Amino acid sequence: MGIYESLNERLYLDKIVEFSKKKKVPVFYGTIWYYLGGVSLFLFITQVVSGILLLLYYQPGVATAFESVRFIVSKVEFGWLIREIHSWSANLFIFFVFIHMFTVFFAKAYRKPRELTWFSGMLLLFLAMGFGFSGYLLPWNELAFFATKVGSDIAGSIPGIGDFLLRLLRGGDEVSGATLSRFFGIHVAIIPAVFTVLLGIHLVLVQVQGMSIPPELEKVPEKDRRYMPFFPNFALRDVLTWLIILNVVALLAVFFPWELGVKADFLAPAPPGVKPEWYFMFMYQTLRLLPAHVWFIEGELLGILTFMVGGLIWFFVPLLDKKAKVGERSKFWNWFGIILIIYMIAMTIWGYLV
Amino acid sequence: MNSDYSDIVNTSKKQTRRKFLDVILGAGFFAWIGAVLYPIGKYLVPPKVADISVDSVEAGVIGEFPPNSSKIIRFGRRPVIVFRQHNGDFHALSATCTHLDCTVQYKSETEQIWCACHNGLYDIEGRNISGPPPKPLAQYQVVLQNDKVIVTRGEMT
Repeated sequence: MGIYESLNERLYLDKIVEFSKKKKVPVFYGTIWYYLGGVSLFLFITQVVSGILLLLYYQPGVATAFESVRFIVSKVEFGWLIREIHSWSANLFIFFVFIHMFTVFFAKAYRKPRELTWFSGMLLLFLAMGFGFSGYLLPWNELAFFATKVGSDIAGSIPGIGDFLLRLLRGGDEVSGATLSRFFGIHVAIIPAVFTVLLGIHLVLVQVQGMSIPPELEKVPEKDRRYMPFFPNFALRDVLTWLIILNVVALLAVFFPWELGVKADFLAPAPPGVKPEWYFMFMYQTLRLLPAHVWFIEGELLGILTFMVGGLIWFFVPLLDKKAKVGERSKFWNWFGIILIIYMIAMTIWGYLV
Repeated sequence: MNSDYSDIVNTSKKQTRRKFLDVILGAGFFAWIGAVLYPIGKYLVPPKVADISVDSVEAGVIGEFPPNSSKIIRFGRRPVIVFRQHNGDFHALSATCTHLDCTVQYKSETEQIWCACHNGLYDIEGRNISGPPPKPLAQYQVVLQNDKVIVTRGEMT
């Protein structure tokens, strides 16, 4: 009896093979967007691998964090490469996750029966941003130190739970070694654990429900639709895309390295140019533009509340978009998405110009 | 007939017993969840550390402060900026910007306090004069004792 046969008897491999043979990908003008989820998944795997490698040398703590990252990039062979890949891949990961989200939004792929896929995806996006926020502080450099001060201070201005949230984030009243320990634990243990579970759910849902097609394509009779088999046709294209992405990450890592900067110092004034990561920029710039007081409410508070409400609306769009439920496009939600994208891009650019 | 009747009685008795056990087990389950989550939740909240009670800190000797210079010192847990104006006057202010917590610096050209994060400006008395800061910086008092520069919590803080 062959190895496959004996494994099959125990693990029912035939069923998996049968399933992947049946799985098919719709071929139409939007097929290219189907690669984005896979690209995000690949970048996440890159993050896990490079992150684990960094973990072998990184030492959290005020006295060691900055020094150990400097050691990684200057003394460890290919340490610079691993760190640059981790930084670049993180940024591309967020970038592709955002595009993935917007293409899903405009393809109306969140409509019944895929609401849970959208919800799990949105939670994954929030966690990805948490990954970014917590990872940013770990090299313990000046820019990250002040960006974390500002970021957690903003969280602290949420009414009611602000003070509690601020202390919970910082592990005390100030950004200190306690914050670094906390962010380290959040970055390498808590978020990865939750993320992996959610990612598993997200992927199982995609497998169980198959690929979604836009409402217009659903009106085409089944016999006139075109498909390609997932395996090997689409899977090989996936792998090719991943290969290209890995090369892009490597090129960026070599030619556009992220600076380590200056070690954070409690007694040094904030340097000019303290900025959050680019994916927080549109929110940050909005807060910066708001006047101290709008009518009777504090400007900053108004901004935070608006983003919280906006985030909730975006999260629950599968339940709010009544037209998508019956397979139609809603003009309102299309414009909502378009205006949101324009707003985010414009604010991000503006944020970098000033 | 009689046996049918007793069956019904037995079933409804059983059901009340089942319901009772369900409630007990359910409540026990939630109590157990609570018993697990409560200590974890409490553990996550950092303990309140008593503020290091400091009334005065030595910032250095007068010679370390040429006119129009500054230094940030640690006052308890918080940074305080000590600066000397052109005319030789000493001042001390909280170095934590009232906007979003960045650390401020002394601008020697204009004799103002500046926060680089969001371009907040304060005058030498700590009054917020432009940019986003919503409140003035807390003032500290500077006492010169022999050649020492001593910063104390002023009445004005």
